[in-house]
Amino acid sequence: MNEFTAPDVPWSLLSPALIVLLAAVVGVLVEAFVPARVRRTVQVSLALGATAASLVAVAALWQGVAEDGGTAVLGGSLVVDGPTLVLQGTIALLALLSILVVADRTDTGEDAFAPSAAAVPSSDYEELARRRGLQQTEVYPLLLFAVGGMLIFPAAGDLLTLFVALEVLSLPLYLLTGMARRRRLLSQEASMKYFLLGAFASALMLFGIGLIYGYSGSLRYSEIAEQTLQVSGADSLLLVGAVLVLTGLLFKVGAVPFHTWTPDVYQGAPTPITGFMAACTKVAAFGALLRLVYVVLPELEWDLSVVLWAVAIATMVLGTVAALVQTDIKRVLAYSSIAHAGFILTGVIALDESAITAVLFYLLVYGAATVGAFGIVWLVRERAAGTDDEPGPVLGEATRLSQWAGLGRSHPVLAATFALFLLSFAGIPLTAGFIGKFAVFSAAVEGGAWPLALVGVLSSAAAAFFYVRIIVLMYFGGATGDASDDTADTDGHAGQPAPAVVATDAAVPADVPAPVAGATATLVEARPATTTTVVGSEGFAVVAIAVCAVATVLLGVVPSPVLDLIGDVAQLLP
Amino acid sequence: MHTLTTLAATLPGALPVALPAALPAETVQPVVETVRSGVLLVAPLLVGLPLLSAAVLLLLGRRTDKWGHWLGVLASAGAFVVAAVTFVAMLGRPADQRTVVVDFGRWIDAGAFSVDAGIRLDPLSLTFVLLVTFVGTLIHIYSVAYMEHDADRRRFFAYLNLFVAAMLVLVLGDSYLLLFFGWEGVGLASYLLIGFWNHRTPYAVAAKKAFVANRVGDLGLLIAMGIMVAQFGSVDFGVVLGGAGELSEGAATAMGLMLLLAACGKSAQFPLQSWLGDAMAGPTPVSALIHAATMVTAGVYLIVRSGAVFDAAPTAQLVVVIVGAVTLLFGAIVGCAKDDIKKALAASTMSQIGYMVLAAGLGPVGYAFAIFHLVTHGFFKAGMFLGAGSVMHGMDDQVDMRRFGGLARYMTITWLTFMAGWLAILGIPPFSGFYSKDKIIEAAFVPVDGQEWHAWVFGTVALVGAGITAFYMSRLFFMTFEGERRWAPKADGSAQHPHEAPRLMTWPMIILAVGSVGLGFFLNAGGRFVTWLEPVTGHVEHEEPVLPVWSLIALTLAVVVAGVVLAWRRYAVSTVPVVPPLGTALTRAARVDLYQDAVNDAVLVEPGQHLTRSLVYADRTVVDGAVTGVGRTTVGLGELARRIQTGYVRSYAATTVIGLVVLVVAVLVTQS
Repeated sequence: MNEFTAPDVPWSLLSPALIVLLAAVVGVLVEAFVPARVRRTVQVSLALGATAASLVAVAALWQGVAEDGGTAVLGGSLVVDGPTLVLQGTIALLALLSILVVADRTDTGEDAFAPSAAAVPSSDYEELARRRGLQQTEVYPLLLFAVGGMLIFPAAGDLLTLFVALEVLSLPLYLLTGMARRRRLLSQEASMKYFLLGAFASALMLFGIGLIYGYSGSLRYSEIAEQTLQVSGADSLLLVGAVLVLTGLLFKVGAVPFHTWTPDVYQGAPTPITGFMAACTKVAAFGALLRLVYVVLPELEWDLSVVLWAVAIATMVLGTVAALVQTDIKRVLAYSSIAHAGFILTGVIALDESAITAVLFYLLVYGAATVGAFGIVWLVRERAAGTDDEPGPVLGEATRLSQWAGLGRSHPVLAATFALFLLSFAGIPLTAGFIGKFAVFSAAVEGGAWPLALVGVLSSAAAAFFYVRIIVLMYFGGATGDASDDTADTDGHAGQPAPAVVATDAAVPADVPAPVAGATATLVEARPATTTTVVGSEGFAVVAIAVCAVATVLLGVVPSPVLDLIGDVAQLLP
Repeated sequence: MHTLTTLAATLPGALPVALPAALPAETVQPVVETVRSGVLLVAPLLVGLPLLSAAVLLLLGRRTDKWGHWLGVLASAGAFVVAAVTFVAMLGRPADQRTVVVDFGRWIDAGAFSVDAGIRLDPLSLTFVLLVTFVGTLIHIYSVAYMEHDADRRRFFAYLNLFVAAMLVLVLGDSYLLLFFGWEGVGLASYLLIGFWNHRTPYAVAAKKAFVANRVGDLGLLIAMGIMVAQFGSVDFGVVLGGAGELSEGAATAMGLMLLLAACGKSAQFPLQSWLGDAMAGPTPVSALIHAATMVTAGVYLIVRSGAVFDAAPTAQLVVVIVGAVTLLFGAIVGCAKDDIKKALAASTMSQIGYMVLAAGLGPVGYAFAIFHLVTHGFFKAGMFLGAGSVMHGMDDQVDMRRFGGLARYMTITWLTFMAGWLAILGIPPFSGFYSKDKIIEAAFVPVDGQEWHAWVFGTVALVGAGITAFYMSRLFFMTFEGERRWAPKADGSAQHPHEAPRLMTWPMIILAVGSVGLGFFLNAGGRFVTWLEPVTGHVEHEEPVLPVWSLIALTLAVVVAGVVLAWRRYAVSTVPVVPPLGTALTRAARVDLYQDAVNDAVLVEPGQHLTRSLVYADRTVVDGAVTGVGRTTVGLGELARRIQTGYVRSYAATTVIGLVVLVVAVLVTQS
């Protein structure tokens, strides 16, 4: 007891996460010591290199884990088994692609972030920083910290590690959300909301952890699972604790009723960060959820299933119907991501052997399409009116749906790629999304959860409507620009003018004092006529989009190699 | 991945036990061998080369305009070289080992149902491969000159290559599904090529007509595959054909009739033949390659390939024979009245394929002859189409035969090569058609299952058909090349100056003419071709027709000569009116394809349109009403959801807490 024994640390098993966290620390040092001229280059290389190395580390560990089924390390705090590696690999890959999008700049050298995030919006100082061409390269270490947290999250073997990982991945995201170059108030407001609600959810989760500890006397998954087998008088303690912990995770995946932050934050955050957040956070959180539900709580299946069923159904339905009435492309994608969380939950609840494979595969294909789709949203810009010879300067993202009309004619390849991602979201055969949906729904049916699968199929059918609506708009909509109203919208709320700065939901009121119902009208600013254009960029984003598109097609046409690969190791270590 | 090996290994072993009761022993499928090494592995290049070329031409677009046509020729020629190599390698194997599968592994794996993708090389598929690539290459070369002044020549070659690739998939696939892939592919290529000049509305309409008629046939193939899956759980040739003997007669008949429907659509057989005449809207090389030599014969391939199924379904076989007989007369009668040289040739194609289908319906006794005629027909009909193209080339795109006449001395090569084709289709010895068509007539006179009426009826039809064929083909030949000139002035008003086509066009015609002259004799010598096909069609003991063979040959020659003499008197010696005379009722009927389009309109199109209209009405009022209602409700829900999303953090947090409380209460309530 008195003697200190150094813990045995199997460094190699930890390497996927350690590499990224180490690189993040180095990134902080780079900020301090590397001259500003080359700082961005160094940071981007470091971030890309670290995620790539993490991917390689996952590949290197693969064979061993596939053979022995994985091990619990650091006294059980972390579990390195098949699903962990699949999730870490997926996160590292999606992070790599997201960082490519983040690192991309327009041909005029603008990235997605405020030149100086600390400057007060519209202040002289901000204008000065913009003119000096400052860049906020802290973005990359922040991203790496978030990725590190995400890599640990699904591997966590006890509740405390789970909580720490959650915070490690969340805090940088709060910051990154507030750093958009354009619409800074919207961005800062989103950041604030995300932080407050995130902290709230963390607190609930921590409370739940406390209750579970009170019940079982342990934080370790395996020991809690053993305790749940015992009959005791304190079942309510355990159940409420479990619901609270689940709440923390469901908040992260954006499941109803813990989804409220999603649309606002997705809309406000810099678009490349939205893509990163939507893809990687969801993968990590679902990974943790999977382990929790399958390893810790299987004995509670009957008690908790009512919660998970209700949440899954509400998530699918609400995500779908709310997406139908959106007029902002980022909000459409946000609600679509909520609906997808519902579909994935369907697979998680199935508690079936094949369900783990299905969920892991779904996360991969959803992540690929999401990164690609937000990458494209980032490239489609408004352009201020100019003369024929000299087009006006390129502005921020053209996020209003009406601005996407006619994109299929002016930029056929880009529009076709976006259509591909949308079709994958909708689950149309020959895209990866179809295989993913098919896998989770059939897992749900096999697990006896056919009503969930039914709701899922119906929601998918309804969801297909708004994806196809965008495709129709791109290809058959009127001319690009402001001239046309949002034609596809007339069914829903004819006569309502397309809201301006803050599109859609009743209001996002931060920058207008005391908004009340109907206040949207006051938000409509005088807007100079703009046209929609696709910005030229340094090409990183194009590479990422291309990779995502190829993956979406390949996983849709020949999914079996990847499905087999995942299926071989999809066994959670108890 | 490697299950095919086990399948192939177990299959031949299992068959002899199951089959002898149902099938004559000769038709047991030969040993199927999966090759893993050796020269036969080049086979995928057959499809790969033209497909790659088509992709390059279509994707690189205008950049390839300068050299694209030569790439197309090269791809087709390359495929022919590969075919020749494969053929030589195949000849080097013993006859019973000439069925070989090049396996690509599992293609579709859906639980109990799986399909392996593979290339099946056997004498039948190789025959087609050689025909398609050889004739195809010649026609590619011809097209280089024929399409020289067309701005879209590159696109034309891309489609031609696409066609060759799809046709090879059709004949090489080792399952009905892969065959279906090629089947749809050639349908697509045919559609694109018929409508190649789609800026002219009638041509676009013709393309659409061909497409729709083909879809009807495709439905048959799909249903047939459905029956196969239901019966065998597989659509692989090995499984289906190997197990066909065990089918109940009802299932076999249904399968056979559906396959026949498919064949009718693709091969323009009665009652789905109406599209072929209109398909002549495509450029002439297309008519030669697709609508004469290769694609339209795919139906015959399908029937012969599925021989085992038809052998188990005598009723289906009888229907096949009837369809063949009806079509051969139908086409021949229509051919007598057409004044458009290409449409007359199209009617003749229809009629000749009728012969092949008839032969294929006779069972194992006729399979080899059907394919034999198919090959020789591929040569002489393609040759004549190219000749027609050459005439059009020299006559300012005129197609009305009443405006030709006396062209023999102006385009000698065309005249001579066309004559070779003409004599071949008449069946004059020793030209190609004599060997192949006479065999079919002979086989038609053989009683099936001892039924003499069968022999008399279908033998007579085949014989009469030969006479009519002689008449209308001679009419076509004489009206074009003999008699006095009836040339119309050119479109711009200047006089016609018919001239011989350039060498790039004449050489393919000459080579095809050589085939028209000698191929039949060569393949027939010593039963060479029949023996070559035996591993697929099975060995059949020779049976005696109801009349002695020598008398059949004499009779056939007699009706052919009579037809030629009649045509000579009417179209070479006497004056041919420039404006078509009113003619008899039969002539008038034949000019409009025996009212086929009118019948189609009345029986199918109009009721269909009425049905559609009433369905649209019902859809709008009932279905749409319901859907719109659901849609409105959904959007209403969305509006509600949107109102909840206020933008205030406090209300978001409240939502979270309320949701949480509800969940906790739900858990605690349901627990107890």
